[in-house]
Amino acid sequence: MIPAIVVFIYLGIVLYVGLFAFRKSTGSKEDFFLASRSLGPWVFLLTVFGTNMTAFAILGSSGLAYQRGIGVYGLMASSSGLIIPLTIFLIGTRLWSLGKKHGYMTQVQYFRDRWECSTTGTVIFVVTALMMIPYIVIGMMGGGHTLEELSGGLVPYWLGGAVVAVVVMLYVFFGGMRGVAWVNALQTVLFLCFGAIAFYLISRNLGGYDRIIAEIAADPKDSALLTRQRISPQEFFSYAFIPLSAMMFPHMAIMCLTAEKVTSFKRTVVWYPICILLIWLPSVFLGVIAAHQFPGLKMGESDDVILRLLSGNTDVIVAGILGAAIMACVMATDSQIMALSTMFSQDVFAHYGGTKRYGDNAQVWMGRAFVIVIAVVSYVLALALQGQKSIFDLAIRFGFSGFAALAPIMLAALFWRRSNKWGALAAVLWVVACMAFSWWLQVHSNGLAPKPGQPPVPIFAELGNLFLRTPSNVTVFGYMPVMFMCLGSALWVFVVSLLTRPPSRRTIDKFFPQPKTTQIPAI
Amino acid sequence: MKTKHWLLTIWVLIVFAVHQDVWNWMNAGPLLFGMLPPGLTYHLGYSVLAAITMALLVKFAWPAHLEDEAPEDKQPPTSKP
Repeated sequence: MIPAIVVFIYLGIVLYVGLFAFRKSTGSKEDFFLASRSLGPWVFLLTVFGTNMTAFAILGSSGLAYQRGIGVYGLMASSSGLIIPLTIFLIGTRLWSLGKKHGYMTQVQYFRDRWECSTTGTVIFVVTALMMIPYIVIGMMGGGHTLEELSGGLVPYWLGGAVVAVVVMLYVFFGGMRGVAWVNALQTVLFLCFGAIAFYLISRNLGGYDRIIAEIAADPKDSALLTRQRISPQEFFSYAFIPLSAMMFPHMAIMCLTAEKVTSFKRTVVWYPICILLIWLPSVFLGVIAAHQFPGLKMGESDDVILRLLSGNTDVIVAGILGAAIMACVMATDSQIMALSTMFSQDVFAHYGGTKRYGDNAQVWMGRAFVIVIAVVSYVLALALQGQKSIFDLAIRFGFSGFAALAPIMLAALFWRRSNKWGALAAVLWVVACMAFSWWLQVHSNGLAPKPGQPPVPIFAELGNLFLRTPSNVTVFGYMPVMFMCLGSALWVFVVSLLTRPPSRRTIDKFFPQPKTTQIPAI
Repeated sequence: MKTKHWLLTIWVLIVFAVHQDVWNWMNAGPLLFGMLPPGLTYHLGYSVLAAITMALLVKFAWPAHLEDEAPEDKQPPTSKP
């Protein structure tokens, strides 16, 4: 129970920081939703990184490494270390500039103006909002699991999830974006320290990793975990498309609008890969170690192996502090709740005349009310889905793939002046159709799923290797569906934009201004 | 596009390509420090390479013009429902 008490103290500190932000608030809508666009370089780095690290960065990655080995680091972490900062560099900086110039608070506001169409923006709002919900649910699930494990079962899953939901809801409700940013910065520092400390302490207690790794290498059942035997090259390649999701996640895009200056991005893009390394490398490595320590766990059950390692190999106070660091990662859900609240109040309430009729203050309160609604709905879903799916799978299938496949729309909007609303709409519909089809295939093939380590199985014998079922996913010729979703989305936006009328001259001039040239005075 | 930008683009594509280290697929050894398999060591190095790549982009291709394009006077979005 002591580790759980340490975590509760940590939650109290987090709550205090969030509420302290409320005292610094100016009360304006830009202050509540964007912290008055005032974040400096270090806070911005810690906040953006903390925002993008969720439960799966520690729990999901170690759980997956338990099942599939060290290849999980290359599969998700090292590719993200290149792609995510690259998208922040190319897309994030431009979104920041547009936000500052035109007053945008969400991506959808920009899309509506850029494509001269309210409906396309509304469709994107609905799709992204629906895809965000599972992501928030993961945070609630992670909170429930963490507290249950650290308290030895004294704090049940439902209560742990409720505590996380209430704490997050309170500091987002009062502190707004400033509260979220400060809490995220604190949490990032904490979970960046987590990896090194956990790695050292567990090693000391187990008598050194070299002995355990030698035992794993000598064990024919486990030795595959030190290679990429349980990951196919096609899957490894197609996973590189997943990090494209970063800049389409509303919480990431909105966070980019909070920077004080464009130079605030410099530190973020350079240090991002190193931050990923510091979190993921120990998590993946400890996942493999756990496979040797606690063999036989199934997918989903292995999500808490890192907590088992902590409980078994550190003293109670240290386990509590490290548990708090895991909780910090899990609670990245705050920025997602904040983002959904911002989207609802800007893209729905303000867009359809609410702010004009009732004023800015009403908009802020509408945003706060929505924070409560999202937290309650997500908590109920976290209870309903308990134990049904692995955290990692849930995130990948419904969140990451969909957001990644929407990235070509953002790229087209920012860099291709000929792109238009019809191209964007076609791409969004393609993404929705692919997600629905993938879901159907997944459910349809559940009975065929092979066990980890076994080869994939054709879903329809008559179609050969077109649709294959792996232990946890559906693939297309062995590749993850996200690859085809991204390429198809790019193709749709390109072809349909070319076949339909381009945006008006006024819009093109607004978003692609010509560089100013020196006028030669007439003689 | 300037030569500098072409070179950086090619560099980024090369870095993206070397992520696919198929030669490390089945190797469980030799172990770095007696505990890190080659597949993990390689991607640890890759993360550092990604950071260096981003530092190069910041140094030689920073979009400084965006600061000038973003005046303080903000206009509300114009589209109507």
